[in-house]
Amino acid sequence: MRDVAVIGVGMNKWGELWEKSIRTIFVESALEALDSAGVDHIDSMFIGCMSSGLFTDQEHLASLLSDYLGMNPVGATRVESACSSGGAAFRLGYIEVAAGVSDIVLVGGVEKMTDVDGGGATFALGTAADAEYESYHGATFPGLYALIARAHMERYGTTREQLASVAVKNHANGFLNPRAQFRSKITVDQVLNSSEVADPLRLLDCSPITDGAAAVILAPVEMAKKLGQPIIKILGSGQATDTIGLSSRADLTYLKATEVAAEKAYKQAGIGPNDIDFAEVHDCFTIAEICVTEALGFFEKGQAAKAAEAGVTARDGSKPINPSGGLKSKGHPVGATGVAQIVEIVEQLRGESGDRQIKNARRALAQNMGGTGGSTLVHILEVIS
Amino acid sequence: MNTSARYWREIPQRYRLEAGKCRKCGKILYPPRLVCPDCKGRDFETVILPDEGKVVSYTIIAVGPTGFTDETPYALGIIELPNGVRLMSQIVDVDLDKLSVGMPVRLEFRRLQEAGKSGILQYGHKCVPA
Repeated sequence: MRDVAVIGVGMNKWGELWEKSIRTIFVESALEALDSAGVDHIDSMFIGCMSSGLFTDQEHLASLLSDYLGMNPVGATRVESACSSGGAAFRLGYIEVAAGVSDIVLVGGVEKMTDVDGGGATFALGTAADAEYESYHGATFPGLYALIARAHMERYGTTREQLASVAVKNHANGFLNPRAQFRSKITVDQVLNSSEVADPLRLLDCSPITDGAAAVILAPVEMAKKLGQPIIKILGSGQATDTIGLSSRADLTYLKATEVAAEKAYKQAGIGPNDIDFAEVHDCFTIAEICVTEALGFFEKGQAAKAAEAGVTARDGSKPINPSGGLKSKGHPVGATGVAQIVEIVEQLRGESGDRQIKNARRALAQNMGGTGGSTLVHILEVIS
Repeated sequence: MNTSARYWREIPQRYRLEAGKCRKCGKILYPPRLVCPDCKGRDFETVILPDEGKVVSYTIIAVGPTGFTDETPYALGIIELPNGVRLMSQIVDVDLDKLSVGMPVRLEFRRLQEAGKSGILQYGHKCVPA
């Protein structure tokens, strides 16, 4: 296997982009990535997208996007793994370069979610749950995570205030991110008094509906060295699955796929959770960030909520989580999220994150998951000079 | 519109709570599967699930998906049966403020949606306090 580096990143401003179609959103980010890498061609591309069919009536997406990027007749593949589609696409791009099959690969993620109304979006997202045995009974994604939250509260004494502190922290970070959908600071009281969605979760516990894209360019480290930029090397990549039916899990608070994917990535990188300087994780709901940071080994089981409330995961804490603002504040265009996590990590490791820069960060982890953790990708990146 | 086959093929599970019991290791699987995730066995007998259990976790859904918007707020729970099987179910005929983890419930056959995606009245189990 060859060592692989991320040599370019691109990401447009996220939000409700009514005036732009899915192809435009993608091409804007992809062009930025190509320009930042200083390359004018690619050998292949992978696109993470959960449901362009349900959100925009458009399938056969990878070829459409390679065409509009002006890259035909390049090879292009779309990857679907619910909300971890972007992370899954990144892993495939990494493997293709590591294997020597391609030298320069573009990995993109995109979702255009506002071409359908709220009910349509809820339905499309709901297809990532067990349609025949959970959605059939009226389950929604906030509802499924609420079941996890209640179990965590019962088992570990986690409080509503502790959960809310995750949203407050991520909004404080997103406030400093020019590309974030919601650049607004919020308080614990605002979270606790926001409208009910699925008890015990409220509106400000939930990530939003977002249009957006992100793209990165991968190349062998040997080739990247000639470009003269800081080299952001992929140290480890792990992937794992779990039941997508939440009722089939013995412990609702335990994200097994995240723990297993992380173990694989740590093993490949030859490091452990204490060696990670900061992480971008999948905070689709406040409780998700809590369960994820426990499964990644950053905190003992049952301790992550207390740590979040104590400021350990803040930008200036000892284990910063989601300096980008996370899904909560930056937005969650589901297929793009996993790629955007890589964009944030690369910029942070290069020291290009402006007001939200994490000081002296050399090694970071990205965790991206689908549904309630039925699929998970973990990647570890390091800056080498 | 989905075909009606989409609906009727699930009737044994939804109406009669039919599960699969692995003949190799004895694990009971609901919904039934072709492969036991524990022992990889492929030989199953059909068993009917018990109709009483307890609430493992619950939520009160205020924003419902298409087909359930007229029913909000409604309670949804994960129910554990005495044989270890867990399933998802609405919890009805209960004061929503009185819900609790561990509360005993009984599964009843009820209508779930007016007309589902197949244009058919949808039935299945719901839970009531036992």
